[in-house]
Amino acid sequence: MPGLDRVEYQPVDTPSPPLLELKDLVTVFPTRRGLVRAVDGMSFAMREGEKLGIVGESGSGKTVTLLSILRLVPHPGKIARGEVLFQGQNLVHKARAEMRKIRGKEIAMIFQDPLTTLNPVFTVGEQIRESMRIHNIVSSPDGCFSGLFRRGKRSAEYERVIRVMRDVGIPSPVTRARNYPHQFSGGMQQRAITAIALSCEPHLLLADEPTTALDVTIQAQIMDLLNKINREHGTSIILVTHNLGLVAEFCDTIIVMYAGWMMEKGTVDEVIEAPKHPYTQGLLRCLPHISEKQEKIYPIPGLVPDLAQLPPGCPFSPRCDQARPECREDRPIPLTELDGGRLVRCHLYVR
Amino acid sequence: METSAYAKTPVDRLTYSWRVRLRLMRRNFAYFLTELRRRPLALVGGIVVLAYLLAAVLAPHLTDHDPTAGNLRQRLLPPAWEDGGEAAYPLGTDDQGRDILTRIIFGARISLAVGLLSVGISVAAGTALGALAGYWRGLLDDVLSRFADLLLAFPFLIFAIGVMAFLGPGFLNLIAALTFKGWVEFFRLVRGEMMAEKTKEYVEAAKVVGQSHPSIIVAEILPNIIQSVFVLGTLRMGYMIIMEASLSFLGLGIQPPTPVWGSMVAAGRDYLLTAWWASTLPGIAILILVLSINVFGEGLRDILDPRLRIE
Amino acid sequence: MRAVRVLERVLITIPIMFGVAIVVFLFMRLTPGDPVDIMMGQGGAVTTGEIEQLRHEFHLDEPLPVQLWLFLKGAVRGDLGYSYVQKRPIGELIGERLPATIELAVGALFFALLVAVPIGIVSAVKQRSLVDQISMAGAFLGTSMPAFWLGIVLILLFSVRLRWLPVQGRIDYGTELQQVTGLYVLDSLLTRNWTALISSLRHLVLPSVSLGAAAAAIVARVLRSSMVETLRQDYITLARAKGQVEFLVVMKHALRNALIPTVTVVGLQVGALLGGNMIVETVFSWPGLGRMVVQAIFERDFPLVQGAVMVYAFTYVMANLIVDILYTTLNPKITL
Repeated sequence: MPGLDRVEYQPVDTPSPPLLELKDLVTVFPTRRGLVRAVDGMSFAMREGEKLGIVGESGSGKTVTLLSILRLVPHPGKIARGEVLFQGQNLVHKARAEMRKIRGKEIAMIFQDPLTTLNPVFTVGEQIRESMRIHNIVSSPDGCFSGLFRRGKRSAEYERVIRVMRDVGIPSPVTRARNYPHQFSGGMQQRAITAIALSCEPHLLLADEPTTALDVTIQAQIMDLLNKINREHGTSIILVTHNLGLVAEFCDTIIVMYAGWMMEKGTVDEVIEAPKHPYTQGLLRCLPHISEKQEKIYPIPGLVPDLAQLPPGCPFSPRCDQARPECREDRPIPLTELDGGRLVRCHLYVR
Repeated sequence: METSAYAKTPVDRLTYSWRVRLRLMRRNFAYFLTELRRRPLALVGGIVVLAYLLAAVLAPHLTDHDPTAGNLRQRLLPPAWEDGGEAAYPLGTDDQGRDILTRIIFGARISLAVGLLSVGISVAAGTALGALAGYWRGLLDDVLSRFADLLLAFPFLIFAIGVMAFLGPGFLNLIAALTFKGWVEFFRLVRGEMMAEKTKEYVEAAKVVGQSHPSIIVAEILPNIIQSVFVLGTLRMGYMIIMEASLSFLGLGIQPPTPVWGSMVAAGRDYLLTAWWASTLPGIAILILVLSINVFGEGLRDILDPRLRIE
Repeated sequence: MRAVRVLERVLITIPIMFGVAIVVFLFMRLTPGDPVDIMMGQGGAVTTGEIEQLRHEFHLDEPLPVQLWLFLKGAVRGDLGYSYVQKRPIGELIGERLPATIELAVGALFFALLVAVPIGIVSAVKQRSLVDQISMAGAFLGTSMPAFWLGIVLILLFSVRLRWLPVQGRIDYGTELQQVTGLYVLDSLLTRNWTALISSLRHLVLPSVSLGAAAAAIVARVLRSSMVETLRQDYITLARAKGQVEFLVVMKHALRNALIPTVTVVGLQVGALLGGNMIVETVFSWPGLGRMVVQAIFERDFPLVQGAVMVYAFTYVMANLIVDILYTTLNPKITL
């Protein structure tokens, strides 16, 4: 994509504690047909300023991972096991009131379809301001009279709203703040949602397929915006998508998911040039190369499995061309760490 | 010869569609029954409604008492389970000495008849007019729609009472009053669906083949619309029965001594302090019937809704 | 922009009202039988001369369109004609009884909303819980019960057996009340007449409940399904992701959206309330317009029936207008 520059990321030199660390996270949904393990053993660590991409097909558990971090998994789903350490604190066991303080302020989220994510009955400005109100971002000025106090606070909030809107690139924010969501175009709506997410200057931004519902040209703009946020504010970003190309351009690190399992993790360069897991290899094989002449396209044979009725062992084994007998045994497959911090969950690499 | 061979496929499709549709209907019916069994509440509702229907039809055979003439020496007897009650009059007697249970059973005839007829005619008229208006649009549609809007400016009961006031009491007048406002809902429903269906491809196909307009409407489009009409009709039936009871309660419906639930309740009002059963029990009969109809109707809607196009 | 929309809606009601008047008028004129004969049936023997004179006086000898025109002219000015039976102008009669009817309708609406809104919200939030199932079962019952029967049962229970509430009328016999608006509850508040306030409230309870029960049931069901639908939306998840308190997520974000289709249904229910009004007034001997109409029908006082029907229709149209305006206020998409 044109106009997209990437910050060179050096993982090893900066030994700062990880911003976010997931340890063996398991999130389940009890359904009529059986227990669905939407996220089964997700583990990774993420640093400040890092851009992590989580890739997988629909239903692979990517969105649920994000929701689990914020503890917004819809009923009847719940986090069954594991830890989510944010700045060293385990979010899984935090009290609800404390969790609310984190949502929106420390960790913010943007969703896939901007039109349905914005509340149609409130103005955009109001929705941005609500975020600030909830977390009391704007402190009261030194006025002593309560009337002045409120007015001062209101105008300070208002200014901040305009500033955030300008930051995300919404033109004429003063008029636009009074508009309703349906009066915005798709790209503008997504910017508005990003504005909401940014209004409290979070440390971590969770982006769930933010560009899937938009045109390609608008996609580029939004990714530009996310890049800018990461660069200027140092905000870490987790980008969830099924678009490998997007991840390749934008992210520093990549995690590949399949049927709720975390299959592979590594830097983008490593994973794309030398994929270790058969599934990743299959994915990359599917992509036609624009520069080479290709005779055939090689899709991965078979279909994504029903999460309620997974086969024993590795969920990818039915479609894997390198499957071995132990891949179908009903025991957990450990996450093997290779050199350079690469992680793979596959019997091929288990010592 | 080539043209007819070419045109043969759509025509055959249209002829076959009748037989195929019949087979589908039979299969759908079996499916319908299984689905109903999965919803015990709706099933119970349906059974109760059937019980009422049977009781209404077999009324004279079910009891020995006369619904219209009573024994004044037996007036205002309490139901059998209270002291003073007699087994011969299980639900007690009214102020004229008539057995309440008998009157309730005979009353079912009127209520069900009114309910079925008024809904039936409303459905027929509303569907017919709605289909025509939706299909042809233009002046017919404008006139009918404006008229429907105008009728909607009146609350249902007000309109019915107004009509009854001017026409006078009686069975036919009652039906007329209820139908006069009732068709509007079905008119709008069918008109809306007709306008949506008209743009679909199978209608184009039928026209290309040269099928006549009435034939298209009846054979092609209506079977698709029929289900929502049916569901709405079931749900409205309970409402019509309550309307009839209300009008009879006010004395505007069927006149005594014909046993009608509404007027039974009204008559019992004078004896509320001493003979509560005279008013309460007929009302319970209404309640159970309408409740069963509603429950059944809801179940029906549940079954039919996600599969509105069984093709 | 919104003002234009509102004006549009107001203007549309005018032709509707004309249409209503015409329909009512035609109905009366098209009934079999000579109106004068029917009306004179009340009095004793009347000479032919007097009949002719009356016919002339009430313009019955003129062609139909002229009668219609005169009728409409009068209606616009508030002159709805004359009741031969009660020997008073109809406008006056209606004016006397209208406040009672309005008070009952408002009471019923108030009860319906008071019950339906919390139930709708709670049932939606706690779907499939015990509260939900009981509420929905209750709602089913509510729509299956005839209002007159409910009224009678309530009387039996609360007035006869328990003796908590009075059986009929608007206020205890002998209580003094200075009338300002004709709405007893309001008047007693305005004049700080506490005995009258309590008395009128006690009388208002059972009729309001009887009349409002069905409406409450329907509104509760609609609100519940609307809320369930709304709570599934993405913007609700976003609200939570912002860190918003759950209470506000439901009451501010969800409710505002869920109310939009509900308001339309409430409008329709007002019509049902106006209709059921007649029945409940009869059951509770409430001195309102409804009871007067019912009596008028039996007394064959057709002009009165006609006038009252018109007033009812007019009220319904007005109520729908208010609902329409409310709808445009709630739904920002409509301003365009």
